[in-house]
Amino acid sequence: MTLTSIIFAGILTYLTRMTMIALISRDMLGDKIKAVLEYVPSAVFPAIIFPGIFINDFGTFIEINDPKIFGALVAVIVGYFSKNIIATISAGLVSYWFLIFVVFN
Amino acid sequence: MLSKKQLFTRGMLDISPHMLSVIPFGIICGAIGVELGFNPYLVYAMSFIIFGGASQIVFLQLLSGGASSLVAVTSVGIINSRHLLYGAVLSEYLEKLSFIKKLLISYVVVDQGFAESNKFFKKNRSEEFLHYHLIGTGCTMWVCWQIATLSGIILGSFVPEELGLKFAIPLTFIAIVVQDLKKLDHDIVMITCGLSSLLFFDAPFKSYIIISPLIALFVAALLLRLKK
Repeated sequence: MTLTSIIFAGILTYLTRMTMIALISRDMLGDKIKAVLEYVPSAVFPAIIFPGIFINDFGTFIEINDPKIFGALVAVIVGYFSKNIIATISAGLVSYWFLIFVVFN
Repeated sequence: MLSKKQLFTRGMLDISPHMLSVIPFGIICGAIGVELGFNPYLVYAMSFIIFGGASQIVFLQLLSGGASSLVAVTSVGIINSRHLLYGAVLSEYLEKLSFIKKLLISYVVVDQGFAESNKFFKKNRSEEFLHYHLIGTGCTMWVCWQIATLSGIILGSFVPEELGLKFAIPLTFIAIVVQDLKKLDHDIVMITCGLSSLLFFDAPFKSYIIISPLIALFVAALLLRLKK
């Protein structure tokens, strides 16, 4: 790993952040595109959530009885009703730990 | 009308719950770099220059696995290309800013900051200094990320691996989208994205992270047509 490669990766990353904010004016996007962009959070974040749950560190699918599935379900239920970020994350982690340290131990 | 300071503080408050997952992840990220045998200064330089959690880990792992710099750099660019979508959404609210301010603010656009500021923007369109909310979320994230990765580099993985704290990352994003589960159209879009990400997980350069949102947005466009 060289500083040069980090700088190139940094420039690329910065360009992904800057391009649409600084170089595109909103008028260039039509109403239809604006309507579709309303869905960006729902269209992007599951691509982080699903692999984070269903795929393990070795890049293979987890078993159907993996504690992460249970932890994620608890997080969804707690998050849905509590509307609280800390409660959602804690509930998911605690239920996951309960399974790996208490039940499956 | 809220003052700049109030908006900045509101942004800080809105993103801070996410630090529960960001900080352990940052520590892990710093520790992995040192464990893989990289120069600690370079590992830290990534947090400053790239400033993108998951992409930093992938960068390290690819290089330690013997991939060429070109492959590693390309992968970082592709993983982070999702920011283009965030920028497209945010541009509406940042339009009035000068070009220089736009260039500066872009550096601190991150997933959680985009998510929380976008929620705030939608409810408070009329505020004059809206962008201070985004600066608040972004700067909070920046400071925490620098401290967390530095701690991981200096102290090593003092967060026990058995705790599986990487799992906090999907949980943080569940907290972001969970209220949208009430809407059927959003459910369809989310499931499309999630299933596509699993289906394309092995696509080259980690491109599933941008392929699946594009498929999901295509489905969203179809849904909008059906609604009419």
